[in-house]
Amino acid sequence: MTSIDQTHTPEQTQTPGQTPADDTQPDETQPVETWTGAAETSEGSQELALRGETEPMALLLERGAVLRLPEGVAMDPGDVDYETSEDETMIINLGPQHPSTHGVLRLMVELDGETVLRTKPVIGYLHTGMEKTAEDLMFVQGGTNVTRMDYLSPFANECVFSMAVEKLLDIEVPERAVWIRMLMLELNRISSHLLFLASNGLDMGATSMMMYGWRERELLLAFFERVTGLRMNHNYIRPGGVAADLPDDWQSDIGDILDVLPGRLDEFDALFTNQPIWRQRSEGVGIITQEQALALSTTGPILRSTGVAWDLRADMPYLAYDQVAFDVITGTVGDVFDRYAIRLNEVRESMRIVHQILEKLPKGDYRIQDAKITPPPRSRIDESMEALIHHFKLFTEGFQVPAGEVYVAIESPRGEVGCYLVSDGGSKPYRMHFRAPSFYNLQTLPVMMHGGLIADAIACISSVDPVLGDVDR
Amino acid sequence: MADAEAPEEAGSPNEPAPGPERHAGALVTWSHGQEVLHPTRETYVETARVLKEDEGFGMCSDVTAVDYLQRPLRDLPPDVTPERFEVVANLLAMDPPRRIRLRVQVAEADPCVDSLWHLYPGVEAAEREVFDLFGVRFDGHPDLTRILMPEDWEGHPLRKDYAIGRIPVQFKAAPPTR
Repeated sequence: MTSIDQTHTPEQTQTPGQTPADDTQPDETQPVETWTGAAETSEGSQELALRGETEPMALLLERGAVLRLPEGVAMDPGDVDYETSEDETMIINLGPQHPSTHGVLRLMVELDGETVLRTKPVIGYLHTGMEKTAEDLMFVQGGTNVTRMDYLSPFANECVFSMAVEKLLDIEVPERAVWIRMLMLELNRISSHLLFLASNGLDMGATSMMMYGWRERELLLAFFERVTGLRMNHNYIRPGGVAADLPDDWQSDIGDILDVLPGRLDEFDALFTNQPIWRQRSEGVGIITQEQALALSTTGPILRSTGVAWDLRADMPYLAYDQVAFDVITGTVGDVFDRYAIRLNEVRESMRIVHQILEKLPKGDYRIQDAKITPPPRSRIDESMEALIHHFKLFTEGFQVPAGEVYVAIESPRGEVGCYLVSDGGSKPYRMHFRAPSFYNLQTLPVMMHGGLIADAIACISSVDPVLGDVDR
Repeated sequence: MADAEAPEEAGSPNEPAPGPERHAGALVTWSHGQEVLHPTRETYVETARVLKEDEGFGMCSDVTAVDYLQRPLRDLPPDVTPERFEVVANLLAMDPPRRIRLRVQVAEADPCVDSLWHLYPGVEAAEREVFDLFGVRFDGHPDLTRILMPEDWEGHPLRKDYAIGRIPVQFKAAPPTR
């Protein structure tokens, strides 16, 4: 196997006809320097390298020390001291097929007995090139692609993509569409956090929580299915508004959910928050500090667990989040328990927002009435040739988006999901990039897991709540 | 955005007063109300450092790149020479909340920029992704290896001249079907 390092640090090769300028060329008899870590750990350069082959700064980063270094301080490799020498530790794989790694996450960990010294996430097992695919899909079709990235919060992905397209088009979506989007985003936050509670419970041995979490999430997925026709991968939020208006008796559906959930959340409190075993298992485990979280570009519940009250809904309001009242939940310690408690209480805050949306949802159009972007209503197609042609052209050629580039970010259940969109004036994006929150949050694992036990490592992975579809895209 | 407007003219003392707008030593354009800086490859890290230390842009929320192979002309200040690659870094300040974007032109002949890793350790994975998918190298990055594609993959898939659909899926040591 060729190491990738060889491709970007080309070796000095001697051209046959050229005479060497001096005699200091490398000794031919010496064996060629090869990357020996491959044989020791496993197979390639993406994986956890031996300590001696890791840059000292990178070693210190894993211990969280480098993040507070002032500018210009030279790092001494001797500063990285481990109590155990390298031949007393072992490097093992967790995953990619492992029940508690949430998909195909693979972690290579260096263990001293049961203590985790170093960790490296090895990702890419779910990489399907969705950013490349997006360059071949029209803006109309883009939603079907991005909704599959973070498949537990599809509305957030659709919404941020649509908002980026709308910003390039310079259009405003109708009020009702804005509020419907908010409704779906908040319900999606609830469903995503419920799944977190379920899998978090399962990972840490509270298996009954698995069933409760999925059961509650099912209520929301049933509502999504009624509104969008699909339980996941909805493509419901589209450039210009949403795909369809809410069904007739949607208020009563939501009312049922809002009636059931508070009692269930109290049960979760009894099951987890007030339970000594759970608290001992999660409190003080996997601590990450404010400086570390900020330096590692962490967002969402992980950043808030360290006490930073940063929520894009409150700090850089989009849609109509400035017209609803809600609290940003923060933690104090930055441990697994804080991250659990924040998500549990964010469900309550989202329910508060949904209550306000129920009252305030304005009447009106659910999509922009701009013939360039919105297809004509189905009924018009039967009676008007122009409408039929129009509909056909919109779905075969798509609409053109003025050239430009824009970055839009919103708060998904996992943190800041951003869309960097470049248009060349055509009907397909020239480049679409997603700032995936899980991709960045995953970088906190080495810091969280350092010095903890393997069992705590599982708790850390679970508390980061990564979605590998989002990580690998 | 009051302090975002404050020009840092230290790097260019002989710049005439009504000249192009500069911020942290880099030319400024505005894209749909978002401030975009255009540092050169040499001033990229310095601009980021000024923004981080003097203006409170404490988080680098994203690093990505664009391959402008098929679209050489784009929205750039007149003094900036367009190159094939463009590395895009989105910085975030929390108090007051605001964003700023750095766009660096990177020549095809030498696709290499300095890494922001020493300023923002969180870009570690993002810069690896850019290297993996675009082949743009980052000087000073601690572990510049492929991150999404397999280690033995050839080429950089998000480049515009990387043909899709022509290269069979590479499975490591896949046995013949018969």
